[in-house]
Amino acid sequence: MVTLERIKEHLALVMDPEVPVLSIVDLGLVRSIEVKEMLITLGIAPTYTGCPAMDVIHDRIREALSVLETDIKIESVLHPPWTTDWMSEAGKKKLEAYGIAPPVGKAADKRSLWGPSAAVRCPRCKSEDTALVSLFGSTACKSLYQCQGCNEPFDYFKCF
Amino acid sequence: MKWDTCDPKTAYVLHLADDALILGQRLSAWCGHGPILEQDIALTNIALDLVGLARQYYGYAAELIGEGCTENDLAYFRDSRAFMNHLICEQPNGHWGDTLARQFYFDTFHFFQLEALAQSSDERLRHIAAKAIKETSYHAQYSAEWIIRLGDGTEESHAKIAQSLAHYAPFAHEFFVPAPVDQDAHKMGLGPDVSSLLPAWKEKVESILTLATLPAIDLGFAKKGGKDGVHSEHHGYILAEMQSLARAYPDATW
Repeated sequence: MVTLERIKEHLALVMDPEVPVLSIVDLGLVRSIEVKEMLITLGIAPTYTGCPAMDVIHDRIREALSVLETDIKIESVLHPPWTTDWMSEAGKKKLEAYGIAPPVGKAADKRSLWGPSAAVRCPRCKSEDTALVSLFGSTACKSLYQCQGCNEPFDYFKCF
Repeated sequence: MKWDTCDPKTAYVLHLADDALILGQRLSAWCGHGPILEQDIALTNIALDLVGLARQYYGYAAELIGEGCTENDLAYFRDSRAFMNHLICEQPNGHWGDTLARQFYFDTFHFFQLEALAQSSDERLRHIAAKAIKETSYHAQYSAEWIIRLGDGTEESHAKIAQSLAHYAPFAHEFFVPAPVDQDAHKMGLGPDVSSLLPAWKEKVESILTLATLPAIDLGFAKKGGKDGVHSEHHGYILAEMQSLARAYPDATW
């Protein structure tokens, strides 16, 4: 019997290829799950429009659910657009422990051309005396920061 | 070809797609050539967002055209005359200041265009715009910061960026001169009257130029034609590079 709980258990094991401590559930990418006899239909929100990890994520979802021996249909859910506000609190903690500063504040509050940047905390020494080095980091979803306390550079998961 | 005679709605979606693809392709050429690693990565990130956006639009246009048309057909098998991107998108990268001046004008326009598209009569366009505007506000912030940095920088950087901004101004003018493709779209409620976007664009651009200690720009006459499929000589070279593989091996897959 394919229950919703079993599907969720398996989905929680699908990790983001770029941020391997976060599952797609932590990221809030799973928007809907529907089970109809032997067909599972998933609504998955894309993160960034051009994120190259999305194809890999879809493949990994299929792989993770293959043990259930059902047909799987993945639909891309564009609306409402994915936001870091959907990231779970547990996910944010895991992110910081991994060395990436989690998004600060709510994306919903700052849909403007020039939002004032909030203080980003260094994931290593926890100092809030940090400076933006580059708005675009190693992937589309991250900015590059440097801590003025311990001097370490670090990634910041943009509030988006 | 099945896309040669498309209805006004499909044409409008293609116009939006072509802007994103051509500028995305242009920016990709900076990959491995940026002045420092962080800036190289920043431009290629923006390129990636634009190509991703182009895929959304082409995918939608392909659905509207039907008959098995795909996003790849639209990107790789149309000729220059069928492309409806603004001329500014196809202009060469030039030096760093040129690229950033071009980007600053485009990003600022793109932001206001998407804001208007988020109110489109078409649901799919609304959804695409609501997503893309989040990315575009980061692009606009980035390019504006560079204008300030270069304008309020050294004597040399100030002179160079002023020259780049003046060079691209007549191209930016094209954004606000309606062509049949956006007039038709406006009539159907799909997109804005492009001339109405000018005041907001001008205000934002001028506020940044002031911060950058740069003189206000004169849009001058409009270098236009892109939205009618009449392109500069640079366009053919972009397509040649971008399309040659797909055309030589039409059934190639990764």
